[in-house]
Amino acid sequence: MTHHAPLGGRGISRRGLLAASTGIAATAVLSACGTNSGLSSSSSSSSVGKANLSQWYHEYGEDGVQAAVTKYAAAYPKASVSVKWTTGDYEKAVSAALLTQTVPDVFEYANGPTADMILAGEVLDLTDVLGSAKSQFNASIITPRIFRDKIWAIPQTIDMQMLYYRKSLFDKAGLQPPTTFAALVDAAAKLTTKDVGGFYAGSDSGVGVLGLLLLWAAGFNSISSDGKNVDFDDPAFYSALAAYKAFRDGTGLLRNASAEWYDAAPFINGEAAMQWTGLWALPKVKAALGDDFGVAAFPAIGSAGKPAVAAGAYGACVAAKGTDPDAAKAFVKWLWVDQEDDQVEFSTAFGTHIPAKPALAAKATPLASGAGAAAAKLVADNGHVPDIRWTTAIGTAYSSALTNIIVKGADPKTELAAVVSTAKTELAKLA
Amino acid sequence: MQAQAVERSLTGERAVTSGRRRVVGGRTFWFWVFVAPFLAGLLTFVYVPIVWSGYLSLFDARNTVTPRPDQFVGFGNYVSLLTDKAFLTSLGTFMVFTVVIVPLTYAFSLGLALLLQRIRVARTFFRSVFFIPTAVSYVIAAMIWRLSLFNGARFGMVNTIVRSLGGTAVGWLSGDTPVYWVVLVSLRLWLQSGFYMILFIAGLNRIGQDMYEAAALDGATGWKLFRHITWPQLASTTAAIVLLLVISAFQAFDEFYNTLATIGGYPPFARPPLVYLYLISLGGGSQNLGLGSAGTMILTLVIVVFGVVQLVGTRRLEAKR
Repeated sequence: MTHHAPLGGRGISRRGLLAASTGIAATAVLSACGTNSGLSSSSSSSSVGKANLSQWYHEYGEDGVQAAVTKYAAAYPKASVSVKWTTGDYEKAVSAALLTQTVPDVFEYANGPTADMILAGEVLDLTDVLGSAKSQFNASIITPRIFRDKIWAIPQTIDMQMLYYRKSLFDKAGLQPPTTFAALVDAAAKLTTKDVGGFYAGSDSGVGVLGLLLLWAAGFNSISSDGKNVDFDDPAFYSALAAYKAFRDGTGLLRNASAEWYDAAPFINGEAAMQWTGLWALPKVKAALGDDFGVAAFPAIGSAGKPAVAAGAYGACVAAKGTDPDAAKAFVKWLWVDQEDDQVEFSTAFGTHIPAKPALAAKATPLASGAGAAAAKLVADNGHVPDIRWTTAIGTAYSSALTNIIVKGADPKTELAAVVSTAKTELAKLA
Repeated sequence: MQAQAVERSLTGERAVTSGRRRVVGGRTFWFWVFVAPFLAGLLTFVYVPIVWSGYLSLFDARNTVTPRPDQFVGFGNYVSLLTDKAFLTSLGTFMVFTVVIVPLTYAFSLGLALLLQRIRVARTFFRSVFFIPTAVSYVIAAMIWRLSLFNGARFGMVNTIVRSLGGTAVGWLSGDTPVYWVVLVSLRLWLQSGFYMILFIAGLNRIGQDMYEAAALDGATGWKLFRHITWPQLASTTAAIVLLLVISAFQAFDEFYNTLATIGGYPPFARPPLVYLYLISLGGGSQNLGLGSAGTMILTLVIVVFGVVQLVGTRRLEAKR
């Protein structure tokens, strides 16, 4: 069987980590079409007494990332680090390698390791590596990934998704950027013409990408505070889903366009007045539209709702079975906690991302003003990361329920009951 | 072997058995020289994994292939799958799918083979034309179907035609209506018919010309000729093809996954059991190997049952004749 991407492409590899929002991470599938050879490149100095460490990355779509991470590894004085640039299905490659005797000493993983990896003892606790530096990192990125009171990964750089809207179209219609879902529905309907759709979030009507956003924007968390159930099995959320279903059945939601949500082409081509897509699209949108666009969070749904954006970060992890775990921990601390210049370069020199430490965002030119600055602020104020306990099984059940509710018109309460049942079983195993 | 036989049948050539020669080193020796590598491969990559899967299916084996004794759950994984509505739905859907796609592919390939037997001009050309899709990657074909032919946007190829005829653009894969089956079934027919067509042509070439001549003397033509000569003579080909079609219907994965999966996941409709198992056991880098193994065991059992039922059915039919 081949498990390739439905759609692959360069320059879109980081966004896959956000896909965990509904459970099926497509990180690897997104990077399937890159051009790199996948050969490992080793740093030159390898003297006696130094630890030899291997460090794995997935294939980033942007040019220059491989050279940069190899340079960082070579510059580390206390160990000899060889970088393995992994093309193809990265997450499968890592999880398979972790079952063998030759594990990667240090590896990145979308939003940090999975709960199953931690429970199987495949990765090490990095709480002490982060230490007091924890307060320097964006809390909304770190907190949802803490498992059993420990931190298992150091976030490398933040990527996020947000709403892009055409300023000129809003001005012409005398509309303001929407801050409530009702306003979004209203604006989308008013801006829809024969050739321009109102709002676009993918050919599945946004079910895939907006799954978790809908519950965050309605004021819920994915997992309840006691960790035993989902948080959103609530009449207010049933209404939120019914509202989204009505939106889909109306005229404002564009159901199909020339590309999927993660490609800004429909927005740039003028197929939609608003599109939900990623920060990664910012350079292209800017080049095509100049100042004629703005960015915003997904608006609040219902009276208890809050605007929300989805964020995610690849996290550096240390394998338990590595050759020299202490040396590996020291390297991770050096690169992702201490080397701030490298962190800024990694975030902003190859496409636009947000440094995991908010203080560094100010040092990054693309984030100093305009939409880049707005995006950084959205992450700080409204950012959500998938909870580590939101497992693939729960995510699959949830996205199935959402499709049934929003596309097929099934009853929200009945459908979410199936999610609750899956979640209870899964969460009991993680308790 | 199979390819050679097909080729021989295609050219009408008969297999010629050469006379026995003395074999240096003894027959047994050479038998093992040739067979051992394949046997070792088969054992290592097919039978050991199957047995191991059976073992893993009894454990809550997450992120491990060597579970600890305390992870033993007996038939827990089987119970959770057989009480999982989504898994049962996918099994049900694919039994229906099998019942539809098997006769459809069968009829389509047989039709193509019969047509190609009749034409006199450019026969090889047309054979190649219909066979070439078999060589196309399922992934690539799925992308063409999804992004170009059945793109739901108003400028998708089929939608352009629909609109030029006065209709409105159809969301082929959106799930509002079951039109996604049109996409999936046409894709599968395009990809697979050519292969079965070749098998049928091979089968047709094995029917002696004298049978047709004798029938013609008795006044049989057209449908009668097909009904009483061609069809019964194809019985063994039919049995093999139907079995292959049933297995491939249950193994549906590639074209479904690549046509319907999005970055957010795979919709709950037209979801083959293998895709569902893949999502819940291996999705997003997870490794719920116990559950996945239990699922494959259940699927294997279903395929075996289908295979046995079909075999018995075919034998009975043949005995009746």
